[in-house]
Amino acid sequence: MKKVIITVIGRDTVGIIAKVCTYLADHNVNILDISQTIVGGYFNMMMVTDPTDSSVGAGQMSDDLTALGEGMGLSIRVMGEDIFNAMHRV
Amino acid sequence: MINILEAAETVRMITRENLDVRTITMGISLLDCISSDLNELCENIYRKITSKAKDLVRVGDEIAKEYGIPIVNKRISVTPIGLIGASACAKPDDYVLIAKTLDDAAKEVGVNFLGGFSAVVSKGMTMAEENLIRAIPEALARTSYVCASVNVGSTRTGIDMDAIRLLGNTILETARRTEDRDSLGCAKLVVFCNAPDDNPFMAGAFHGVTEGDTVINVGVSGPGVVKTALESVRGESFEVLCETIKRTAFKVTRVGQLVAQEASRRLGVPFGIIDLSLAPTPAIGDSVADILHEIGVEYAGAPGTTAALALLNDQVKKGGVMASSYVGGLSGAFIPVSEDQGMIEAVEAGALHIEKLEAMTCVCSVGLDMIAIPGDTKPSTISGIIADEMAIGMVNAKTTAVRLIPVIGKGVGESVEFGGLLGHAPVMPVNEFGCENFISRKGRIPAPIHSFKN
Repeated sequence: MKKVIITVIGRDTVGIIAKVCTYLADHNVNILDISQTIVGGYFNMMMVTDPTDSSVGAGQMSDDLTALGEGMGLSIRVMGEDIFNAMHRV
Repeated sequence: MINILEAAETVRMITRENLDVRTITMGISLLDCISSDLNELCENIYRKITSKAKDLVRVGDEIAKEYGIPIVNKRISVTPIGLIGASACAKPDDYVLIAKTLDDAAKEVGVNFLGGFSAVVSKGMTMAEENLIRAIPEALARTSYVCASVNVGSTRTGIDMDAIRLLGNTILETARRTEDRDSLGCAKLVVFCNAPDDNPFMAGAFHGVTEGDTVINVGVSGPGVVKTALESVRGESFEVLCETIKRTAFKVTRVGQLVAQEASRRLGVPFGIIDLSLAPTPAIGDSVADILHEIGVEYAGAPGTTAALALLNDQVKKGGVMASSYVGGLSGAFIPVSEDQGMIEAVEAGALHIEKLEAMTCVCSVGLDMIAIPGDTKPSTISGIIADEMAIGMVNAKTTAVRLIPVIGKGVGESVEFGGLLGHAPVMPVNEFGCENFISRKGRIPAPIHSFKN
């Protein structure tokens, strides 16, 4: 199982988590963990997801969520977990 | 489990600090393409490249998307064509035909550049290799993707001064043939001492004869990431400075290692090396000169610059080697002029001259890189500059290179625009005192005393 990490950064507004979660539910992507914080008025969220049974691939998910983010003035990135492990774990 | 701050740091490096993988370069051996029939040779070359590299661009793009890391270039390096064409090419024009074949193959598979129109003549030239060098101006004028390089010296062999004399003219002729494009052809021609066999960066990449059939080499980047990290330790001691560079280089290199392993696995091609280079681009915030400024010099070129660069280069290596078991290529900080906005500003401010750049090349990779000089520079002067830089490489047992662009029709005070990653550059003055009597001597400079290690 390759986990996919979704990060959302932008101005805090109502419904950010709801919209991202709705997308993930619609495409059968399981959410394993969510953490969020607000730094200087900016919303930071990280979701660890499992797309094993998903109807969309990581590439499509990336395109869709980027577009969703742009509509809300947010930067949403979908990245394979490996890149974070490679960078931050010896 | 990764925490949110670590995730945010990675995202920030990519989105705001220009972290990227600069290139996935597939090295392809053409030794099994050799034929004494030129047409057959060209067919073999085209077929081998287009079959081995057919999925390179697609796989590179897929990895970039899945991991959210830009992979800027997908490239190919091939066995030095001076060897491959030796039995089929009787004259320079025959080599031009091979260059066009390489160009067609590169276009077919969609890569940015293809390197290896090269000759390794560190001790002497065969007639075939001399023909290849004579073919370079025409080859670079008539192709779009092909890059050429000539290795004219090494610590073990000394320096081939006959090749350097020939290259002074070759570089000027290449400039003339591409005069309508600000002599852009010279941006695709590098002269080396101690050229590595596994360099993934252009224009000097070729697939050395020590390599296997095909290999994946990856070049990382990240000057912007290092610069930003150093902003947080202003005024701190050298120990803190070095530690910060090392940590950052480690993270950057690990991304390259991940991409290299993935590319190797998906393409079914062995992984070769990671090249730990800080490779700048003309983009704001992606500059090695800006790092030097952050370390503490007003402009690149100010007193202290060479020491700062030596420190930077060393720490990048120390951080990077821990991140990958196979490090190779050029591995160090690049200091091209036109490709680095901070370098351009240093030249325009009068802080940076060719002589200082030469000193800086003693402590970093690679050499006098992407420097525009007046178009009326004498060939012997170009040869003299090359010889000086090669001597630095030979004596210090390191790679050095020269990529000069004599801009035909332009002089000091004017500037040239190459576009894209190649950037723009002010035309820099060269020392105009003569060296004809030195360059006109025949033969080679012997290997230095410390090459006798047996």
